[in-house]
Amino acid sequence: MNRLKALLIKEFIQMRRDRLTFVMMIVFPILQLLVFGFAINTDVKHLPTIVFDQALSQDSRDFQASLAASGYFDFIYTGNNYQQVTDNLQSGRAKVGIIIPPDFSENIKHGHSSTVQVIVDASDSMTASSAISAAQMVGQLKSQEVLLNRLRGYSGKSFDMPYDVRIRPWYNPDFVSAFYMVPGILGIILTMTMVMITSMAIVREQEHGTLEQLIVTPLKTHELILGKIIPYVFVGYAQATVALLVGILVFDLPIKGSLGLLYGLTSLFIIASLSLGVLISTLSKTQMQAMQMSFFIFLPSILLSGFMFPREAMPLVFNWLGNLLPLTFYLQILRGIILKGVGLSVLWTQVLALIVFISVVLTISIIKFQKKIA
Amino acid sequence: MYAVEVTNLSRRFGEFTAVDNISLKVKTGSIYGFLGPNGSGKSTTIRMLCGLLTPTAGSGTILGLDIAKNTEAIKHKIGYMSQKFSLYDDLTVIENLNFYAGMYSLPRVNGKQRIQEMLALAGLENRQHQLAANLSGGFKQRLALGCAILHNPPILFLDEPTGGVDPKSRRMFWDIIYNLSQQGTTIMVTTHFMDEAEHCDEIGFIYNGKLIATGPPSQLKTALPGTLLEIPNSKPMELLTTIQTKQLPHLDLYPFGAMLHVLVTPDNIQAYTALRAKIIAPSLEDVFVYLVKTHREEDLA
Repeated sequence: MNRLKALLIKEFIQMRRDRLTFVMMIVFPILQLLVFGFAINTDVKHLPTIVFDQALSQDSRDFQASLAASGYFDFIYTGNNYQQVTDNLQSGRAKVGIIIPPDFSENIKHGHSSTVQVIVDASDSMTASSAISAAQMVGQLKSQEVLLNRLRGYSGKSFDMPYDVRIRPWYNPDFVSAFYMVPGILGIILTMTMVMITSMAIVREQEHGTLEQLIVTPLKTHELILGKIIPYVFVGYAQATVALLVGILVFDLPIKGSLGLLYGLTSLFIIASLSLGVLISTLSKTQMQAMQMSFFIFLPSILLSGFMFPREAMPLVFNWLGNLLPLTFYLQILRGIILKGVGLSVLWTQVLALIVFISVVLTISIIKFQKKIA
Repeated sequence: MYAVEVTNLSRRFGEFTAVDNISLKVKTGSIYGFLGPNGSGKSTTIRMLCGLLTPTAGSGTILGLDIAKNTEAIKHKIGYMSQKFSLYDDLTVIENLNFYAGMYSLPRVNGKQRIQEMLALAGLENRQHQLAANLSGGFKQRLALGCAILHNPPILFLDEPTGGVDPKSRRMFWDIIYNLSQQGTTIMVTTHFMDEAEHCDEIGFIYNGKLIATGPPSQLKTALPGTLLEIPNSKPMELLTTIQTKQLPHLDLYPFGAMLHVLVTPDNIQAYTALRAKIIAPSLEDVFVYLVKTHREEDLA
């Protein structure tokens, strides 16, 4: 107990003395949240659009107005030939090109199908899929309108649509990106700082030669590892609190579930990330190696955890790989508690996964560390 | 009787044998000097004794405790100071001492008193709140010693403790070592300073991982065969070539500062009178040079 206490006091003094790192640990999450919270928006709207309208009729203008009203297309450019459409897409000034044929109104009037070409820059798939679905939607709505009018004209009666699909987006009805992003960024920030700090901690002592002096004292391996983890649990909590405050104050993030549970389970994730850092520390010989290995964890954490891309869409192997990352489970916990308001009865598998992760990683670290001395 | 006993201890790093079949005994309360050039295996031996490295072969005991099996028990009884400053640069003098007091679980009151004693010993009373990073070499070294003996260890291992320290600080440091020894602490110290080796009760010469001679300094000096002559000369290398071409009889011949040292059998002394040679008592360095040379010849043969 004495030894652990002395180790903790030492870590806190060192932390306090290293002001720059300390400030970074608190300011970093705020900046990240503001930048990503505002910048990342998966719902792509207001795509710059060029239109080459060869019909120049009432119907073609009406169709364009409907597209513009969807909010997805901004009609910034008007083209007079195919070449201009191509040029604008090629240069990236426009993301969408719409070509309306000269016989557009004629065909509609005579009950034929009127073809509108929508060219989409699919080099950015997210933009493309937004534009495609919006254009299809507008096309179908306009078609319905025309068909219903024709039916009414023939029969003199009014008609209802035979299928009425009503969509209710639960948990985030207004599709506010920030609600989805902020918990994710909180998880990313914790992963990055926690893994990085501890991965450096033991290696730094080794590089400075202070570890050797520690090893000849009666200090036990588990005490050393605990001494490197406990101080940063506080840092992790400070970061989580700052991040949640920014989420609530700046982005109006609603916390539907229990804040107490959120804090409690956050400790599991913090400890899991710190353990991972300790493992990296025992595997690497220099701080540089530790840094590189940490980055090796960050990218999969961002890509495979479900932070950016839905895990459902991943091939099975990558889905499994994602299950090796603590962030995957923590994101489910965060979104579960914050957006859905669920409790332990739903989240127990994630909790169990984190506990297993911590036990396995810490055991390996202790074994690895003992071998490293000899 | 013996605080440290080592039998046939070896340590290999891959193909390289750093310590080769060393056996030695260190009397309780004595100062044992481990003398040898850089890379000869001194530090590796000390590190095995402290539990920082596991031996590849052989065995050893410290105060009757097995160095391979009882490492944890040994840690309570030893103090260790490495050649590199290994305290925390970003902690103050007193914070470093407090930290090690905690590591050795010193009781609060007793610990406070011990820390004060260490501050006095290192002459750091007025620098308690200075960061260790800002201390001069001599202070750093005495602080490191203070941290290593805070828990009153019966055995102290010092691995080249005086590297990079000015002569005055070296003097002060050795005064402390003498005091500790007089109070009954067994000290094992590695060095490549011959004058420091003279201070030891017993010396072990180590070369290429092998222990090539052991004994008290005075006894080792008598091990030199023949008579040692010293020839003052401003160009010892030229004189050396002259003697070699003239084929004057000698057992050994080497430059020694602004001198030339010649080892001869007593009946060949008069061959050097013309060169104003005088008979001198051999230093430990002469003994070491001779031992290394004969050892090399044995190795070649």
